[in-house]
Parts: sequence; structure tokens; C-alpha cells
Amino acid sequence: MSVDWTHFTPWASLAGGILIGLAAAMLVLLNGRIAGISGIVGGLLAPRRGETAWRLAFVAGLLAAPPVMLLLGASVTPRIDAGFGTLMVAGLLVGVGTSYGSGCTSGHGVCGLSRLSPRSLAATAAFMLAGIATVYVARHLA
Amino acid sequence: MNVVAAFAAGLLFGIGLILSGMTDPGKVIGFLDVFGRWDPSLAFVMGGAVLVGSFAFRFAHRRTRAFFGAAMHLPGNRDIDNRLVLGSLVFGIGWGLAGFCPGPALVSFASGVDQAAIFVAAMLGGMVIYHAAERMIHEPRRQARHKA
Repeated sequence: MSVDWTHFTPWASLAGGILIGLAAAMLVLLNGRIAGISGIVGGLLAPRRGETAWRLAFVAGLLAAPPVMLLLGASVTPRIDAGFGTLMVAGLLVGVGTSYGSGCTSGHGVCGLSRLSPRSLAATAAFMLAGIATVYVARHLA
Repeated sequence: MNVVAAFAAGLLFGIGLILSGMTDPGKVIGFLDVFGRWDPSLAFVMGGAVLVGSFAFRFAHRRTRAFFGAAMHLPGNRDIDNRLVLGSLVFGIGWGLAGFCPGPALVSFASGVDQAAIFVAAMLGGMVIYHAAERMIHEPRRQARHKA
């Protein structure tokens, strides 16, 4: 193992993480809801009464973030290696997996670990290990 | 008020994702590449978010109602079952393949990144397939219970 110092951004990542934590804090303390993106979006696809407005508002806020960041003068150029087929397969796996496992990096990773939930700890360990194994196979074996 | 708070929380969450580097799949895969050239940045994202979150959730667990009046919806399920672990493993494979998870994918889609649009379409498709399968499996069981 060697550390990729050129891409390492501890301060920006810590600051971004704190904002993510504050957003999760806002949603739970003001609205009583868990900021789990896959759960919020999934709830829109199988809508129930009184469960739609706040979900739509949260997703609208999420989608408004890039234009707001542009106004603040920050733009990111993402590094994306995946082609069409890989993106399709990856998206499908993420959609099915987060629904079946009841959460993703935000719901289990951020909120669940903050709550010291054993379920979320197990889920986070599982998707981290699967992610690490997948990248190992794709980068170093294939 | 709940809708305004939800929008503000979503916006703050999205800004945090962009600032932290989570919307760059190269950075996510760099974090998962522990056997190659490892970029530890995302550990700082998690650390910062969980640090703030642990105070908020400790407070939330002591309340029965949120500040804007709604009931606290905190998960009560504590079982580590096959669904949880299998689902999370499947999610992790998809995450490692493209470097996108749901939040950053939606934000990148809003930035006009074509690859994110493809990923989001497939992800929503996966969720729809899951819900349809759930209904097909559980609806007949429920009806059978009703008759019995």
C-alpha cells in the first residue's frame, strides 16, 4: 500500500463531511427523518400519503447544490473511467442492493454509524469490503 | 416548515458532497483501492460527518418529536439479517465498479455529467425492479394470510 498524496484532500474532505453531518443533523432534529439518500429516493418510487413532499424537497435541495457551488466559484472535474455498460450494471446493482439492504453510504454509513447502530455497522462493513474487493479485481487482476 | 427544512438539508448535504470530493468517482475508487495508490480522503468525510452526526443523533434519541412537530422516525430494527448483508454487498460491488453511490450520483447528474445520468437511470430502474419484485412476492402472501 502507498498513499496517493497528489489527490489527498484532508481539509476539504473533513469540511465537506462536517457539512454532511450538519445536514443529517438538521433533517433528524427538525423533521425527525434519517438522511439516507437511497431510502428517500426509494420512497418516491413507491409513494405513500404524506411521505412525498419532504422527500421531493430534499432531493430538490440535493440537485440545487451544483448550481449553488458554481455561483460560489467552485467546480469539480470528475475522473470517470466507467463506460456505458459498466455504468448501467453498477447503477442497477446500487439500486437493487441499497433497496434490499435498506440503505447506502448516507443512511447506514453516516446516520447509522452516528447512531452506533449494529445493523448499520454490519452494512457499512459489507459494502466497504465489497467495494474494496471490486476495485482490487478491476484494477489489479483484470 | 418541514418542506423548507428538507430542502435546506438536501442543499447542505449536496454542497458537503461536492466539497468533500465524494462527487468525483476517481476519488471514491482511490479510497477503495487500498492495495494500490490509496487516497484516504473519504475517511475524513466519514469522520467529519459521524462526529457531527453522533451529537445530533444522541440528542434526537432522547426526543419523541422533532422541533417542527413531526414524530421521530428512527429505525428500531436491530437484526443483522441476510437481506441487510447481501443487499449491502451487492451495493458495494456497484459502488466499486463505477465509484458512484446514490447521493453523489444525483448531485453529479444535476451538474450535467452524462455518465451520472446513465448511472442514475439504471439505479432508479434497479429500485423499481426491487419494488415490483417485493410486491409480487409479498402481495400474494398477504392475501393468502387474509383468506386463512
